[in-house]
Order: sequence, then structure tokens, then C-alpha cells
Amino acid sequence: MDLALVVVIQVLYGIASLVIVSAGLAVIFGMMKVINLAHGEFLMLGGYSVVMAVQFGINLWIAIFIVAPIAVGLVGIVLERLVIRRLYGRMVDTMLATWGLSLLLIGIVTSVFGNTTAGISTPLGNFAIGGYSVSVYTLLIIAVAIVLGLALRGVLTKTQFGLIARGTMQNPAMADALGISPSKVYSATFAVGAALSGLAGGLLAPLTGVVPTMGAAFVAKAFITVIGGGPAILTGLASASGFFGAINQVATFLSTPVFGEVALLLAAIVMLRLLPQGITGRFFKGSL
Amino acid sequence: MTAGVTPLLQTHDLNVRFGGVHATRDVNFTLAEAELRCVIGPNGAGKSTFFKLLTGQVKPTSGRILFRGKDISKMQPHDPGRLGIGIKTQVPSLFNGLSVWENVWLSARRTNPPKIANDVTRQTLERVGMLADSKAITGTLAHGQRQWVELGVVLAADPPLILLDEPAAGMSDAEVMRTAELILEINRQHALVVVEHDMSFIRMIAKKVTVLHQGQVIREDVPDRIMSDPLVQQIYLGKKAH
Amino acid sequence: MTLTGFTTSWKSAAVTLALGIVLLAALPSVLDDYTLLQMTIYLVMSVLAVSLGFIWGYSGILCFGQAAFFGLGAYTYAIAVVNMNDSTVPLLLSIVVPALFAAVLGYVIFYGRLSDVYMGVITLTVTLILFNMINSTAGPEWKIGNAPLGGFNGIPAIPPLNWPGNIDETITPRGMFNLSFGVLLAVYAGLRWLIASRIGHVIIAIKENEQRAQLLGYDARAYKLFAFTLGGAIAGLAGCLFANWGAFTSPTIFGLAQSAQIIIWVIVGGLGTLVGPVVGCMLIQWLTTQIGTQQTFNSNLVLGAILVVFVLLVPRGLVPSLGDLLARLFRRRPVEPAEPVGRVEEGRA
Repeated sequence: MDLALVVVIQVLYGIASLVIVSAGLAVIFGMMKVINLAHGEFLMLGGYSVVMAVQFGINLWIAIFIVAPIAVGLVGIVLERLVIRRLYGRMVDTMLATWGLSLLLIGIVTSVFGNTTAGISTPLGNFAIGGYSVSVYTLLIIAVAIVLGLALRGVLTKTQFGLIARGTMQNPAMADALGISPSKVYSATFAVGAALSGLAGGLLAPLTGVVPTMGAAFVAKAFITVIGGGPAILTGLASASGFFGAINQVATFLSTPVFGEVALLLAAIVMLRLLPQGITGRFFKGSL
Repeated sequence: MTAGVTPLLQTHDLNVRFGGVHATRDVNFTLAEAELRCVIGPNGAGKSTFFKLLTGQVKPTSGRILFRGKDISKMQPHDPGRLGIGIKTQVPSLFNGLSVWENVWLSARRTNPPKIANDVTRQTLERVGMLADSKAITGTLAHGQRQWVELGVVLAADPPLILLDEPAAGMSDAEVMRTAELILEINRQHALVVVEHDMSFIRMIAKKVTVLHQGQVIREDVPDRIMSDPLVQQIYLGKKAH
Repeated sequence: MTLTGFTTSWKSAAVTLALGIVLLAALPSVLDDYTLLQMTIYLVMSVLAVSLGFIWGYSGILCFGQAAFFGLGAYTYAIAVVNMNDSTVPLLLSIVVPALFAAVLGYVIFYGRLSDVYMGVITLTVTLILFNMINSTAGPEWKIGNAPLGGFNGIPAIPPLNWPGNIDETITPRGMFNLSFGVLLAVYAGLRWLIASRIGHVIIAIKENEQRAQLLGYDARAYKLFAFTLGGAIAGLAGCLFANWGAFTSPTIFGLAQSAQIIIWVIVGGLGTLVGPVVGCMLIQWLTTQIGTQQTFNSNLVLGAILVVFVLLVPRGLVPSLGDLLARLFRRRPVEPAEPVGRVEEGRA
């Protein structure tokens, strides 16, 4: 019974991590159809922001929830202005350019911080379920994922910015006609996506430690989740994370983390074969 | 239709549904060898869907399509070409970076050895009047010329059935006449289904017209009777007279 | 991209091959062993570059994980030659195994009609997974036959190629140079011949307009699968040469950095030619060696910057852009038939 509960928590944690790691990409790819291969590096920058902020004496929670998103959001604005906006509509070129940006960011961070892993200890300690020890941080991640999902939904459906953003994505010409500058909306949306990725990186920093190349571990999973989710941003994110996260965790449990990744990829290929438009291309159509 | 002769193309109770849209309803369509048929209908009548059914881009929800008696309802995208159905799309679909010669050659070469393919290419280009421009890069040509190149590409494969989607679109009057002549000449040896909007063009070429409306065949007759049919006039009410 | 013109006629292939054969014959007599060794790695990487240049530039397949086939070739050779001693079968296996892998992966992607976006992500993921898998095989229990996989340590002391049937006559550094150069020229010639054939024409047509090619009756999936498998085979052969050059192979061969480099070679050199990727490869390899000798700029930084700059400013790459420039300087008449007569009469250069 205790084992069952621990397994459930682990699976939920796996799903929650996927949600958090993919949220920023879901916003950028889902809203703007931009394939940002530097997504992993946004995570990495978020992680480094937290490590640096903590070294400067800033409270860990402020570092994670405020410093990291703002810092990476700013980086996002700069990159969007300089590079991304020149390549809208050119999907392959965007992939290549963002891969270049990914290498560039890794290079810069390596030059400044070196190649070794820096770490922060995982806060909040553990609690016991029967004979098993579970990290409280795990529960925090699950909680954050849920709050994040609800917050995104709230912003997109209930705020003016959310409405403008959704409208512009659907029909930039109309937005223009209404006096809204599409380029400002794109900038802001990209920044929000970057900030979310920064937050994710910040949250993961205490768990994985930060190293310039940490992004690589996440970029493939995030893309699989977002593409597998389909056109509806939030429902797609939730359903795909649920599906792939569960498979990943269960496979990892039954064998090794590497096989967990293999299982995720295989599941993605099978799923794309059956549902070429992603999950929300067939189910939950019309949802957000 | 003479009894006992297999029609070239036949559909039985063909239906297509996309989500809530019933794009094709119980369509029974028959075409004989070397027959020329025009298909008309207002926007949304289901003409494009009908074409896509014949080219395998859309699968029927129910019903069957038979080509020379063989069921082709579930086709891969490369099957129509192999079976002997040539398609000229609404927006000319060509290899824009390749020359006119290379475009037609690729079609001729699929079923012919190299020497014959070269001969077929030359003859086809002559027939559509593009031999002089055979070295031009297709993407640089004017719209009317691209339509003729595409006609050449389709002809070079010598298909028994040719589907033309708005072949006169965007052409000058002189080009439209030339296209009509070409179609009638092609009709001597190939069956054709022509989807068109231009009524005067249809009068130049059609012997039998099928009218689609909301996915259904509502009339099938000679052009004069179609033009004077009250139901046809009603569904075209408000449309620009051609 | 057009099939007509000098760059795609047999004339340009003949000129390039002639130049190559002259260099192949001449260089070993003027250069010392050490320089030849340095050049050999450039040649081996050029073969890899050409493999991606072919599938991307001519077949329109953007594979983000070409390093996977390169690595599979290297590892297959290493494992097989350690087990078999004679290198003839291992050499063949280093081509066949990556080709089979490419065939399976290609089948899943092309016959599943997955879009280009998924192609990029899936090939990227495959190479990452291979990296992780091989990287974790450090323990002694991980071996195939007599060959330990070595995990992140890699496989050292890989026995070099020998003349078929004669284990003791192994290849010398000069021999490696000749072999690598020879393979590069043979691959170039072979691909140029393929491109000029009907299969090659169809492959290019599919890249130009897949729908029209299919309407003509060509099964696009089969042609793309063929091109992709061929690309994998060539990359695998490059991997075998690589394992011979360094007598060593490690999991970094599957890494993101390696995959990124191959893409950068092709973009910098030029998409749509076979010579372009070779030029890009040699340039970037040289640049990377130079960067290695100083501390200020990290190679990721420079390569990343180059990739971004090229995508934004020189999207066609160096060789085609150079070709355009030369064409503009030497052409006396405009190409487009729609040019107004007046300009021609002015003798526009």
C-alpha cells in the first residue's frame, strides 16, 4: 500500500516535471509555431540565475520564482528582437538559428562559469510514507505544475492580454486592424514562454545541479510533449504530459532511466503515427 | 452507355463527411471511355472534394469508386498516376525549379525507356505549344504558360482519364480558346472530367454537364438544357453571369 | 535549385574529379606524414558532410541526427574487428549496420508520413538516446563478443584496416590518406552519377514538389527511404574511417555537438551542392582547431554564432553564393525571359 502511494507520487512527479519543463515551449510553439531549439538553454539560464542569486545571498524562493523568470524573460525579449522575428514563417530556418543560439548560449555560459556542475542542496527535506522516504520538493513540483496550469488558463481566458494574444495568433491582420501591434504581441508571448522556461530551470536547479549542457536532457522531451499534445496549448500540454510522463516513469521504474527515455520516444512515434495532429488534433478539439 | 461495356469511371453512393460537414452525398457518377464531362456548381458544392476523392487525397466515408471495374476507393497518393488518372490541379502544381523539358520528361519517363521518353517529351511539348520554351525554368513562366506546361506533364503519361481543375482560370480570351481547342483534341483519345466556373468556356467544350450542389448531383444533361434549367439558375442566383 | 547549368552538368563533375585525382596523386609526395594525418581527418569528415549534403540538399530530408549513423559505423567497425581480427567483414558491416538502422528509422518516418518538424525532433532524439545508451556501458559486463563497449571511456586501440585476407599487412598513415581521399572521390562520383540518373531526378523532383511527383505516380516514401538509407550508409563508412584514423571511438561521436557540426558544415558550405559541404567542413574543422589553441572563445560559442549569422545573412551558404557572384560577374545576358529588351541591348554585364 505504501509502495503504491510512493509509485503514484513518483508518476505524478514525472508528469508534473514534464508539464513544467514543456510549458514555456507550449506557449512559444503553440501560439507562435516557432520551433525554439534553444529551449533547453532557457532552462539552463534559469538554473544558473538561481545559483547565482543564491550565491549573492538572495532567498532561494525569490530566486526561483522571481529572479529566474525575469532574467530569462529578458533574454527572451532580446533574442526575439535580434533573431527570431526575422525568421517568422520559416520553420526550418528558425530551427537552425535557434540551434545556433543554443550553442552560443552554452558557449557563453561555459566561458563565464566553466564546465563543472554547480549545485544547491534540495530544500524542504523528506517525509516518510511507511518505510519509504519521499522528498517534499517532489510534492512542491507537483503543486507548482497544477498552479501553473491554472494560472496559464486564467491568463489566456480571463485577462485582456490573454485575449489579445490568442486573437493575434489566430489572425494577425485583424489584430493590426484593431490597432494592436502584432510584433509587440509576439515579443511579449516569446518573453512569457522564455520566463516560464526560466522558472522551470530554476525549479530544477536544486534537483539536478547546473551545468552548461543541462538543456540537452530536456529539449527532446519537451518537444515530444508539445508536438504530441497537438494544437490546443493547455489541454495538449496536460494530456501529453500525462501520457508521456506516465510511460517515462513506469519504464524507468521497470528498468533504467535510459530505457525510460527510449520508451518515451517509442511512445511518441507510435502516437504520432496514429494521431498525426497530436492528441488534441483528435480529442478535446476546440479546447484551449 | 452501351450495356456490357465497363465504364471508365464509376462511383456508387459515394459519401464523404468531415466532422459535421457532409461534403459529398450519395454521388453516383459514371464516365465512359473517352467521354468529356464538365462538372459545375457554386462554391462549396463539393467539386474539390469530388476531385480529391478521385486523386486519393480524401477517402470516402462510404461508397465505392471504380476505375475500369477496379475498386480504387482507398488509394495511396501515388496510385492515381499509376492507374492511369492524370490530374491538373487548380493552382498549377509543377516542379518550379526545374525546366519545362524536365517537368514533362519526368512524367514521360515513368512508363517509358529513356529514348522513347525523350521523343514523347518533345511531341507533348509541341502539342501544347511549349517546345520553344523547353529550357525555361518553370517558376519564371507566366500563369497561362504554366497551365499548358502542366497539361503537357499530364499528357506525357498518356492517361486514359484526365482530371482538369479550372483549366481556363486566369487566362486571357485567346488563351482560353486555345485551351478549349486543346481539350477537344485531347478528348479524341482520352476521357476528361473538367471542373469549371466559366460558362462560356463550358459551352465551347461540353457535351454533358454534371451539376453539383451541397455535395449532391442535382442535374446531369447537355449544356443547353442545364443553362435553362430553373433549379440550376436558382442556385446560381446572385452569382456573376459569365 | 535547378538541374540545369554548369554546376550540375557532367562537366563540373569531371572537373572536380580531375582536380581531386591530381591532388590525391600529388599531395603524398609533397607533404609529410604528420600533415597527411591532419588532412585525413578533414577528408573523413568531408565524407560525413557529403552524406548530409546529399540527403538534405537533394532529397530535402533535414536529419538532425546524422551523427547517429556516423557513430554506428565507427562502433560497428570497432566491435567487429576486435572480434574478427580480419577487417574485411567489419568494413562491410560498418556500412550495412548504419544503413539498416537508417532504413528502419526512415521507414517509420516516411511511411508514417510524419512531417518535417517531427523528422528533426525524432532524429535529434535518436542520436541523444544512442549517446546516453552507449555512454552508460562502462562496466565490464557490457560487451559484444570480445569487445567491451567501454561506456564514456570509449573503445581504445582499435585494430586498423588490413588488406583482405592478410591480417599482418595493415594500413599506414599514407595509406589512410589515400583511402580516405579515394573514398571521398568515389562517393562524390557515385552521387553525381545517381543525381544524373532517373532515380536522382525523381528524388530532386520529390523535394521540389512532393504532391506533383506523387500525382505522376512516383511513390515518394520509397524514394526518400532510399536516399535516407544511402546517406546513412555513407555516414557509416565515414565512421569506419574515423575509427581507423584515431584508433579510438567514444560516445561523443553520437553527441549533439557532433550532429550540430555536420549541419553547420552543410549550411556554411552550401545546401544544394556536394562540393559545398566539403568546403564548409574543411573550413569549420580548420576553424575549430584554431579555436582550440586559445582560451577566450569557446568553440560552442563560435560555432553557434556562425550558425546564427549564416542562417540570417548567408542562407544559401558559401559555395552557391560564390557561384551566384561569379555568374553575375561573367554573364552578359540576363537569364529570365521576361527581361525587357532594352536592358539586353545596353550590353548589361
